[in-house]
Amino acid sequence: MMKILRKTEMTPEQRAQEYFLDDLERTRGRRIWAQIKKHWGVYLMLIPVLAFFFLFRYRPIYGLMNAFIDYRFLQKPLLDNDFTGFYAFLKIMFDATEKLRFWQAFRNTFTLSMYGLIFGFPVPIILALMFSEIKNEKFRSVTQIITYLPKFISTVVITSIIVLLASPGNNMQGPGLMNALFTRAGWIPDAPTHILSQPKFFRSIYIISGIWEGAGYGSIVYFAAIMAISPTNYEAARIDGASKAAQIRYITFPGMAPTLTIMLILRVGEILSVGYEKIILLTANSTTAIRSTAEVISTYVLSLGGLLGGSSQLNFAAAADLFNSLIAMFLVIGSNFISRRVSDTSLF
Amino acid sequence: MKRLDRTEILFRILSYTVVILFAIATLYPFIFSIAMAISGEGPINRGEIILYPKDIQFRALLALLTGENSKKFWISYTNTLFYTLYGTLFSMVISIFAAYALSRTHLVFKRQISFFIVFTMWFSAGLIPTWLNYRDLFVNNRWGIIYGFGAQAFNILLLRNYFQGISKEIEEAAIVDGANEFQVLGSIYLPMSKSALATITLFYALNRWNGYFWNRQLVGDMEHPLQVVLQSMVQASSESSEIVEVLGYAPYSLAYSAIILSIIPIIIVYPYLQKYFARGVNVGGVKE
Repeated sequence: MMKILRKTEMTPEQRAQEYFLDDLERTRGRRIWAQIKKHWGVYLMLIPVLAFFFLFRYRPIYGLMNAFIDYRFLQKPLLDNDFTGFYAFLKIMFDATEKLRFWQAFRNTFTLSMYGLIFGFPVPIILALMFSEIKNEKFRSVTQIITYLPKFISTVVITSIIVLLASPGNNMQGPGLMNALFTRAGWIPDAPTHILSQPKFFRSIYIISGIWEGAGYGSIVYFAAIMAISPTNYEAARIDGASKAAQIRYITFPGMAPTLTIMLILRVGEILSVGYEKIILLTANSTTAIRSTAEVISTYVLSLGGLLGGSSQLNFAAAADLFNSLIAMFLVIGSNFISRRVSDTSLF
Repeated sequence: MKRLDRTEILFRILSYTVVILFAIATLYPFIFSIAMAISGEGPINRGEIILYPKDIQFRALLALLTGENSKKFWISYTNTLFYTLYGTLFSMVISIFAAYALSRTHLVFKRQISFFIVFTMWFSAGLIPTWLNYRDLFVNNRWGIIYGFGAQAFNILLLRNYFQGISKEIEEAAIVDGANEFQVLGSIYLPMSKSALATITLFYALNRWNGYFWNRQLVGDMEHPLQVVLQSMVQASSESSEIVEVLGYAPYSLAYSAIILSIIPIIIVYPYLQKYFARGVNVGGVKE
């Protein structure tokens, strides 16, 4: 507790401090205004970005009202329609027929992410380890640059190649290379079969192409971590007669552990954010049977919203969207919080 | 060279092998695409094309360059150039301004403004509200696409962090000499952060060049960019058609030609830009 001093008991410094504190309080508004006037250029610069984020990132949040409203008539203003409370949420999650598709999409999102994590996460690490083993710098940087390339290429190009390879052919041409191989291996029947309409192949195709696309680029961060390990550690281990496996186990892994931890935590934070673009592109030609493995929350939302053709149920779509956004937000914030705790590094 | 232990030699051999195989696997689809684009109808239909072209023809490429369908393709190419050029320019201008303002220590309500931007990385309203919003705000034409996809919080934060790392001394000298904020930004900050600017420009430009879904969803046929038209061409080539025309090439060749032509600019600039691209991940550890 601070002792209240009388003015006469104060030292000159304290008196000055109090005087200015009063002054600061009194003139707060005026000072802010003076600051803004003095640096008006800076505030002018902020206008476009604030306007952009307000219009295109915050204004849509109002549209989430769709989840609570039976919004069938796009001509009418949103709030003139009937308010339905949590009807849409209850319907998609618990209604005997609707719930099947919602939970299937939810499961698929989770499964695709998990497979991506289990099979996709180690590949860049292994690749980085192997890059670090290549001592010819020129050769190494050329191969590294080659493996980053797919990240530069659009999803449309990548999925187009897959779609063409998987194509069963038609009256004008034979099947694609992958289709022919699958037929020869007996994985699909001899009659023309569209691979991307076969639920059992979708996950493998999605995950393997994802690894092809991202492993090289993903290795950059681990490679940097490995390169930061002092070579003297390896020298010492070698003198002690450590094998390569022991060197990796006791030097390389501990050295890259912080990076590895952060990447893993951040990756887990994104577990419910499976992008829609690649999936809708891969399944553009497929029958709806593919949904049993390929439909994730984001594509489910687009489909219910009528953005992939067909009729729309905006309230259901918005409800699924909001549900997913909230869970995703907690996961992302949570993982960032943990990552910041663990390592002082986070995305934001 | 120090003598290597047997396990070290084995691991080195393994590493070379895996890296070479991975590099080949990365390039293979592109090489295969070229082979398919320029191979004759016969070998393609018999499934003989695996690595190199046979019965070389350039009719499919030529059809794409000059044929009756070429117009649509080239319009979309022009659209993509338009979106990439103006879109990147627009995004960079607002991001540079924002990053500069947020890097000022004296900024009033700095924390609140930062939070306003960072929050968009945590929570998005979702696809349907975003779509309805774009429709409400007339993002349904070329210019709409430019302003509707202006800035990304992540890029702004990257640039802000870079600006914060620049020493304040030169700036103070300039302010004493009477420079205003725009002059400080233009003559001190921008020249001193060329590589960060290059990285972010590249991120924005790639996003614009590769953008697909919203462009397809929001604008009309004549304003569709390359990616949308490419996708519909690929789609068409694997659907069977009633009319069997004599084209002199397999429909596949046309689709692969479109793929090749759409990535040529990327492949040409890639060797020069990849270092900025690679740098982006390493500065990715942004802190608030």
